[in-house]
Amino acid sequence: MTPEEEIEFKRRRKGRNLALAAVLVFFVLLFYTITFVKMG
Amino acid sequence: MTDSTALYLPTDWRDFLSLTKPRVMSLVIFTGLCGLLAAPGTIHPLIGFTAVLCISMGAGGAAALNQWWEADLDAGMKRTAKRPIPAGRLRRTDARDFGIALSVASVGVMGVAVNWLAAIILAISIVYYAVIYTIWLKPRTPQNIVIGGGAGAFPPMIGWVAVTGDITLMPVLLFAIIFMWTPPHFWALAMFVQSDYAKVGIPMMPVVKGEESTRRQILVYTLLLLPVAAAPWFIGGTGAIYGAIAIALSLVFIFLAAPVALRRSEEGDTMKPEKRLFGYSVLYLFALFAALVADRMVYGQGLFA
Repeated sequence: MTPEEEIEFKRRRKGRNLALAAVLVFFVLLFYTITFVKMG
Repeated sequence: MTDSTALYLPTDWRDFLSLTKPRVMSLVIFTGLCGLLAAPGTIHPLIGFTAVLCISMGAGGAAALNQWWEADLDAGMKRTAKRPIPAGRLRRTDARDFGIALSVASVGVMGVAVNWLAAIILAISIVYYAVIYTIWLKPRTPQNIVIGGGAGAFPPMIGWVAVTGDITLMPVLLFAIIFMWTPPHFWALAMFVQSDYAKVGIPMMPVVKGEESTRRQILVYTLLLLPVAAAPWFIGGTGAIYGAIAIALSLVFIFLAAPVALRRSEEGDTMKPEKRLFGYSVLYLFALFAALVADRMVYGQGLFA
C-alpha cells in the first residue's frame, strides 16, 4: 500500500465509522422515544 | 473487476447509500406517506415516521439486492456501468449482505413498532422485487415492467395498513392505481431513451414486441387507469374532491397517450408526444396522491367543516 493509499484508507475508514455511529445513535434515540409512545 | 480498489480499500459509505437508489426512494417515501395520511384513523406521528422509515429501508434493501444480482448486467450498460459494484468500488457480497441486513431490519422494526400485518406486506414486497421480479421474471418476459410495477405499488398500501392494521378494498385500489400507471410511464420513457437492455439480454417490450405494439399497450393501460383511479370515489372511500381530480387527471393522461398510441416514429424523430406523456405521468402520480390526502383532510378530518 502506497502512502497515498494509506491516507485514503484512513479517510474512508473514518467516514464509515462516523456514518455507522450516526446510524446507531439515531436508532437508540428512535427506540427510546418509541418505548415512551408505546407505554403512553 | 478483479483489479478493483474494493478488494483492498474500504468502501466509501456514500457508495452504500447509493446502493439504496435514493432517487427512486423519494417516490416511495411520497406514496407511502400519502397512503399513511389518507388512511382513516389516527397514528402517533412518531410511529407514522417509523412506518415510512421502514418502508424506505425495505425499498433500499431491495434495491441493494437488485444491484447485487444484476452487477454483470449493469456493467454492460452505459447508464448503470458507474454504479458502485460494476465500477469496482464495492464488493458484490457486501451489497448482498447490506441488502439483507436492511431488509431484515426494516421488517423487524415495522413489526415491533408499528404492526405485524404492515411488516408482513413489507416483507412480501421486498421478496417480490428482489426475487420474483429481479431474479426470476425480469430476464424472462417482456411483461417485466408490468410485473415490476407491482413492486412499486406496495408503499401506499403498506402506509395505509400501518394506520388501520387491516386490508380493505382501499389499500388494494391504491396498489392497483400504481400498478396500472407504471407501464405507460415506463414505456413512454423507453420510446425516447436509447437503452442497451437488449445488449445484456433483458427482453424489454419495445424490442421484443416492437414499437407499434408497445404504443398500443400504453393506451390500453392508460384507459384502464381511469376507472381504477376513480374507484376509491365510486366505492365511497373518498369524497368528490378526490373523485373529480382523479377523473380530470386521468382524462388528460388519455388525451396525451392517444397521440403516442396512434403515431409511429420516423427517422430523426424528436419524440415530443412521448416526452410530454412521460413528464405528465410523473406529475399525475404526485397530483393524484396529493388529492387523496387533501380529500381526507377536508372530509375525514373536517378541515373546513
